[in-house]
Amino acid sequence: MTLKERQEEIIDEFSMYEEWLDKYEYLIELGKNLEAFPQDKKTDDRLIKGCQSRVWLDYELKDGALYFTADSDAIITKGIISLLISVYSGRTPQEIAADDFAFLNEIGLKENLSPTRANGLVSMIETIKSAAVINS
Amino acid sequence: MNIEYIRSQFPQLSEKVYGKQLVYLDNAATIQRPQSVIDKWVELSSKMNSNLHRAVHKIAADATEEYETTRDAVKEFLGAKHREEIIFTSGATASLNLVAHCFSEAFVHEGDEIIIAESEHHSDIVPWQMECEKRGATIKVLPVDEDGLLMVDKLPEILSERTKILCVAQISNVLGIVNPVKEIVSICHSRGCYVLVDGAQGVVHENVNVQDLDCDFYAFSGHKMYAAPGTGVLYGKKELLEQMPPFLGGGEMIGTVTWKKTTYAPLPQKYEAGTQNMAGTPTLKPAIEMIKLLRSEEMLKYQNDVRDYLLRELQNDPRIRLFGVPRGTVEKIALFSFAVEGVHHEDLALILDKMGIAVRSGQMCAEPLMDRFGVTGMLRASFAPYNTMEEAEYFIKSLHRAINMLV
Repeated sequence: MTLKERQEEIIDEFSMYEEWLDKYEYLIELGKNLEAFPQDKKTDDRLIKGCQSRVWLDYELKDGALYFTADSDAIITKGIISLLISVYSGRTPQEIAADDFAFLNEIGLKENLSPTRANGLVSMIETIKSAAVINS
Repeated sequence: MNIEYIRSQFPQLSEKVYGKQLVYLDNAATIQRPQSVIDKWVELSSKMNSNLHRAVHKIAADATEEYETTRDAVKEFLGAKHREEIIFTSGATASLNLVAHCFSEAFVHEGDEIIIAESEHHSDIVPWQMECEKRGATIKVLPVDEDGLLMVDKLPEILSERTKILCVAQISNVLGIVNPVKEIVSICHSRGCYVLVDGAQGVVHENVNVQDLDCDFYAFSGHKMYAAPGTGVLYGKKELLEQMPPFLGGGEMIGTVTWKKTTYAPLPQKYEAGTQNMAGTPTLKPAIEMIKLLRSEEMLKYQNDVRDYLLRELQNDPRIRLFGVPRGTVEKIALFSFAVEGVHHEDLALILDKMGIAVRSGQMCAEPLMDRFGVTGMLRASFAPYNTMEEAEYFIKSLHRAINMLV
């Protein structure tokens, strides 16, 4: 599945939920199912700034693709980062660097979920982007 | 007088968010403004917009009259002895910074000590840290106990002959506990220590009489007590304010200015440099009227019923850890900060937001207090006198639903 196809798939999934609370239920579920993040990797250099909750993001470059792992102490934030990982993990740095992250607007995440950057969505996006740029 | 009539005076309260009726429970951050305050603001902006104290023309005179009668109204409201003890500022933070800087300039020297309550807002901590660093003075902390009550019995041993001032909120913005300010003042004064009271929350909920409290300074913001944002008050005892140097220079704070020597204006102008908030400050008058209206016996009973209901519900839920638990004769306002076992405060705030409920989550500008209780943040629901019992019940129901979604 291409990056665009995966994004379309998420837009479709989100369009099924009319109520915001249902979208949260979905994100909470994603957050609960996110792969465990090693405790010893929860270091300050992996901590994303600008979040009310703490978010740690780590990545590795393998066979030309970026693989992200992350954790958060807040479950909705964890759901959001899980969503981002499911879109961007396994993509090439060039592919990620060229993406505009516009699908987040289409599912209403940006304006509805980070009105004051409370959950640091913008910071998470920036961190993923800069990982892509550094490795391009 | 009933709650529906009161609510009809606040335009923001009838707004909807995400298609749901707004339930505004972030009043300790900013309280909503009544129409009377908005009208006053508009009137000043559209009928007498002019610089104060300077010009001889009609609208400048009208604006100055509005501004100076506000000083009289605040003086009466606080029970101050002299009108020049009322200094208008841009808010509680500005008031507290003024005291920290000018009081320290006059009275704090190397080796001196300043006591700050553990439950203070950053605005009452950081300005003092800045001053202490400059002057080689130190800060001592008056701790709170596990329930969030100040350990006043420890005060006599914390005070020393080097203690210059103690800083305490009348009501903590996190704990909602009404602190025994009068008792604290009396202990401090007996040891030659001055007292600065942060009244940002207190002025909204308590009857304040600064002469009865005998505090040396009392600071509060306009936007937390129904007035316009960017307004604030510092009350200070005249004899102290007169001994302190000016804060900012320029505008009407001068006597005469020459290259050789500049003299300063008497109080209160000495502390009101630059152009004043001429449209905002006079809104303190209708704001004070609103406060009085909300303190009728009937309204107070209603507010107490709402508070008691919330306290009961939150205390009886084993999943909830409430910070600021009243004990004995100690009073608590309807301000509830808490943590839920295994649930992040931000998740709760996000879900409640989508239910139409505005609450606060995070450190609430009181990081040392968060550390004291070993949490990264709390959820805070702060009620105003215009909040209804139905809103309280909806909040509790929604909170349960949100917790169930998250655990």
